[in-house]
Amino acid sequence: MDSTIWPAESLARVPYWVYQDQANYARELQRLFEGATWNYVCLEADIPEKGDYRTNVVGAMPVIVVRDADGGVNCFENRCAHRGALIAFDDGGNVQNQFKCIYHAWSYDLEGKLRGIAFERGINGVGGMSKDFRRDAHGPRRLRTTTLCGLVFATLSDATPPIEEFLGPEILGRIKRVLNRPIKVMGRFTQVLPNNWKLYVENVKDTYHASLLHLFFGTFRITRLTQGGGVLVSADGGHHASYTIDKSDDRQSTAYRDQGIRTESADYKLTDPSLLDTVKEFGDDIQLQILSVFPGFILQQIHNCLAVRQVVPKGTGEMDLKWTYFGFADDSPEMTRRRLKQQNLVGPAGFVSMEDGCVGGFVQRGIAAAGRLDSVVEMGGTGAESQETRATEASVRGFWKAYRHHMGY
Amino acid sequence: MELSRLVELNAAYARAIDTEKFEEWPDFFLDPCLYKVTTADNVAQGLESGVMYADSRGMLQDRISALRQANIYERQRYRHIVGLPVVLGEDGGTADVETPFLIVRIMHDGKMEVFATGCYRDKVRLDAANTPRFAERIVVCDGGRFDTLVAIPF
Repeated sequence: MDSTIWPAESLARVPYWVYQDQANYARELQRLFEGATWNYVCLEADIPEKGDYRTNVVGAMPVIVVRDADGGVNCFENRCAHRGALIAFDDGGNVQNQFKCIYHAWSYDLEGKLRGIAFERGINGVGGMSKDFRRDAHGPRRLRTTTLCGLVFATLSDATPPIEEFLGPEILGRIKRVLNRPIKVMGRFTQVLPNNWKLYVENVKDTYHASLLHLFFGTFRITRLTQGGGVLVSADGGHHASYTIDKSDDRQSTAYRDQGIRTESADYKLTDPSLLDTVKEFGDDIQLQILSVFPGFILQQIHNCLAVRQVVPKGTGEMDLKWTYFGFADDSPEMTRRRLKQQNLVGPAGFVSMEDGCVGGFVQRGIAAAGRLDSVVEMGGTGAESQETRATEASVRGFWKAYRHHMGY
Repeated sequence: MELSRLVELNAAYARAIDTEKFEEWPDFFLDPCLYKVTTADNVAQGLESGVMYADSRGMLQDRISALRQANIYERQRYRHIVGLPVVLGEDGGTADVETPFLIVRIMHDGKMEVFATGCYRDKVRLDAANTPRFAERIVVCDGGRFDTLVAIPF
């Protein structure tokens, strides 16, 4: 498949080979994840002290993120300059001043600079490295980092603009709305999804599907298209924030029932409605906000259930979705309990999210023989601008706008 | 608590789930209770969240009604292999029990695979009718990677 040929100029058509083609996948890792984008790598709360580190990946590249002596955050490739072994193989931990590769004990400082070579001068003058070997010319690739509201992002490209510019003022404002004070991590889970990573990102941006696929949303009015809300799309198309505002007149709306849509069920009631006991905590009426940063980061506020999600591509047909649930450091015990209960909505067993776990796989299997055909992304027109309705696929088209820009399609 | 009663409790619990008699599942718990599915890493780090979390029998019933009526997923069932319980302690009629498990997931296309392994960390008490019930069942999965989705409780 010649994957450089896009079938139509319109953002409203997406060719199915883009979820299947191996060469295209390799190009994505290079041009998107290793390209001019900011990739989420960890929370500042994960690495509060000097020497605290976490390992992660940027696309396919393993990286180490570490807090240095000055309180800054460094990120470098998790690959020894010698033979290429992982320098750190735990999820995280603390190193005092240096990382040491276990293979031949080459060591690195907290900036990822090569500092020590075991037996560099050999033994009794025999063996060792050649005298003209320059340590400073060898080392894992270093990424630039930036922090924003407790999130740590990294980029390999010199061309990536500052994060504020990358996101644009609207998306930036929506991140600051949620992450307005120090957070505390409440749990981590990984969901292994049997689909191309882009199908999940599209699902996150697809405001049209949420209350149609998810009965839980529709029935309990967590989000319905007939409620207030809209979707913000950044100028480059790549980032989005969708939001729902509860409106009392929606209680009388019969739009779902009139169309016979499965997700509004009059019979379905919770035995213990404490699951949905919600308090307004952000000084506004937004009860749900889903935000994505291109290419693979998501910040979620569903009532009082807060999480970040990282999309990790694993080949054309599989991905990991890494969930980190969080609350705020100043949460009361009641608030903690409220969040624990509402976390039932999300994650691998989420009343809402579990369906997003399988629907991408249904597409991946459905399109197995359709590589030369296109999908239709035409709700709400063919543009990628912000809209005051969620019955639109504007932010999905925005994703493809940014995708084509970075990929050169 | 006698070991045989704990073995019976675990066997009946696994059978209810594996034979898809999900409506019986909440009755294995006292009310209030604590049921949580989490991972060994989260427990080791003192992180409280679960992929499932319930602190009342009502919430357990809601899990089942959601599974029956609301959630969409491919047809699947489980086969639990439950090991022998170890009583770690007993205090005021509450037994502190740990039991290893292995769950094979059988998909509608016939695929059988190990879906989860781990241990149940339980607090078991007798109810008014003198039947052992879970005051607490923390499902501690050995790993933290869940394939596609978890619809049926562990």
